Amino acid sequence: MSSQDIPEENLPAEHAGRDEHGHDAVSVPDDKHPFADPGLPPHEHRVQDVDERAAKRSERSVALLFTVSMLATVAFIAAFVAIPVDKSVFIFPLGHISALNFALGMTLGIALFCIGAGAVHWARTLMSDVEVADERHAIAATPEVREKVFADFKQGAKESALGRRKLIRNTMLGALTLVPLSGVVLLRDLGPLPGTKLRHTLWSKGKLLVNMNTNEPLRPSDVAVGSLTFAKPEGLEEHDHEFQNEIAKAALMIVRIQPENIKDKRELEWSHEGIVAYSKICTHVGCPISLYEQQTHHVLCPCHQSTFDLSDGARVIFGPAGHALPQLRIGVNDEGYLEALGDFEEPVGPAFWERG
Amino acid sequence: MKKLSARRRHPLAALVVLLLALACTGGLYAVFAPTSPAKADETAQSLTIEEGKKLYSVGCASCHGTGGQGTSDGPSLVGVGAAAVDFQVGTGRMPAATSQGPQVPAKKNIYSQAEIDQLAAYIASLGAGPSVPTEEQYGPEGADIAEGGELFRTNCAQCHNFTGKGGALTHGKYAPTLEGVSAKHLYEAMQTGPQNMPSFPDTTLSEENKKDIIAYLDAVNSDKTESPGGLELGGLGPVSEGLFGWIFGLGGLIAVAVWVAARTAKAKKS
Repeated sequence: MSSQDIPEENLPAEHAGRDEHGHDAVSVPDDKHPFADPGLPPHEHRVQDVDERAAKRSERSVALLFTVSMLATVAFIAAFVAIPVDKSVFIFPLGHISALNFALGMTLGIALFCIGAGAVHWARTLMSDVEVADERHAIAATPEVREKVFADFKQGAKESALGRRKLIRNTMLGALTLVPLSGVVLLRDLGPLPGTKLRHTLWSKGKLLVNMNTNEPLRPSDVAVGSLTFAKPEGLEEHDHEFQNEIAKAALMIVRIQPENIKDKRELEWSHEGIVAYSKICTHVGCPISLYEQQTHHVLCPCHQSTFDLSDGARVIFGPAGHALPQLRIGVNDEGYLEALGDFEEPVGPAFWERG
Repeated sequence: MKKLSARRRHPLAALVVLLLALACTGGLYAVFAPTSPAKADETAQSLTIEEGKKLYSVGCASCHGTGGQGTSDGPSLVGVGAAAVDFQVGTGRMPAATSQGPQVPAKKNIYSQAEIDQLAAYIASLGAGPSVPTEEQYGPEGADIAEGGELFRTNCAQCHNFTGKGGALTHGKYAPTLEGVSAKHLYEAMQTGPQNMPSFPDTTLSEENKKDIIAYLDAVNSDKTESPGGLELGGLGPVSEGLFGWIFGLGGLIAVAVWVAARTAKAKKS
């Protein structure tokens, strides 16, 4: 293994100058350095350092990798030109994928990989691998340099005459003090404050509950026990300019529970024959929440696993949510359609500073 | 007319009228009434129910009660309809080995379709419920895939994932993947709401809506689904993709970096 096993005449020239690289620079302990510096272990040569044929082989390998990279780039351009963009092929285990995507990805990947692999192989087998020790030098400048810098600074301060020309000094301080005000004024654009927007939704007395799927107003007979329906307020259409803003607060989740299974008194009062309407917006950070389990009446929020019990006033039974889901009071109008009997009593969605 | 009117009080007049009326009724009945096939159907139907009842008492009665009234181990089956039976037995969920555990998983179905139909007929005879949908209801003809996608994201994606890959619920329950579920079973699941899944009856999710949803699932989550990017990592979203990137991507880069800087092969004894 060691370099002693190699015949002397085959060793490269740098072997003679080992001392330059500090390989044998072993120090002896003294007062300042109580531990002896063992120095670097003796350098060992690679096959390529001692065998010219091996070095040639490595050279050819590196060249081959670079050539493959060139070919892959040509193939990339050819694939880009030749393969139609909507062609689909089946490739195990990827499935039915776009032929163009696959070809472009593979060829570009090979082209880049081969450049990197060639460079690494070149560095590992052919470039010099002799360990080099480089001493650190002190970070602090020399006393002469420090003295000169301080002297220059004092000279500059004196020449600026800042201490003598008080008008310039004071106006400059004034200007520097006022400039940050622009930044402070710009903060005004964070407003205006929401006012009462967070406390109100589109729901109001007499608004019909419209099924999100069919866009038809709901009747009590449409809502079966164990079913799940989503509703929006009458008059809100998907192409409306404000649709997203409004539905984000007004979205409703409607389930029907046997009245005798409803544990919360107010919930039963606000329901219609067991049909209850709850806000679909989680009170934690406002995710749409509708993972309804019809046997347990639990609703799970997919974001942070807050769980609400819809048979018990939608109280929080697990997770980070701080409030029960707000319930919308509903009834039936003269024509037999489900209608809201007012807005939500409390703000929907996540809590905020002034919520109270 | 006068002649006829003059004899209306004849002793035999009533008899003649009666005979005429009977002939008319009989003739009309012969024309309009469905004859022998109806009778055969009826008998076949009651035979099917009889067979179904036999199957039921062997495979189901221990949990659901001898008359389908339910016990502490299984719910009542009165009014669940043939669709529920076709789904539960057809996907192998019923008969369940045990009522313990968070939810009953799908497994290999041990009944033939004929036996399932018999069971379904028996359960349907206990109380009215949704019937098994026809090919026309769940088939792909005339379905709007884009509309189905919108409906799926509104109604189903919260539990089953955007392309029906499934997802976790509370306490060990889960929404199963919809890959490989037949169109009929998808329809029946929406109609009847098996286990903890809410139902989506025709009154809130119309027949047409259901058809669109099934067509959407066929487009995004079946063996002929195209995935231009390849390697979906289960379609579970950014968390699984991030985990894959961190562990395999970064891990691979670190391993390569270590290898690049490692000691190279040294010249051996010649």
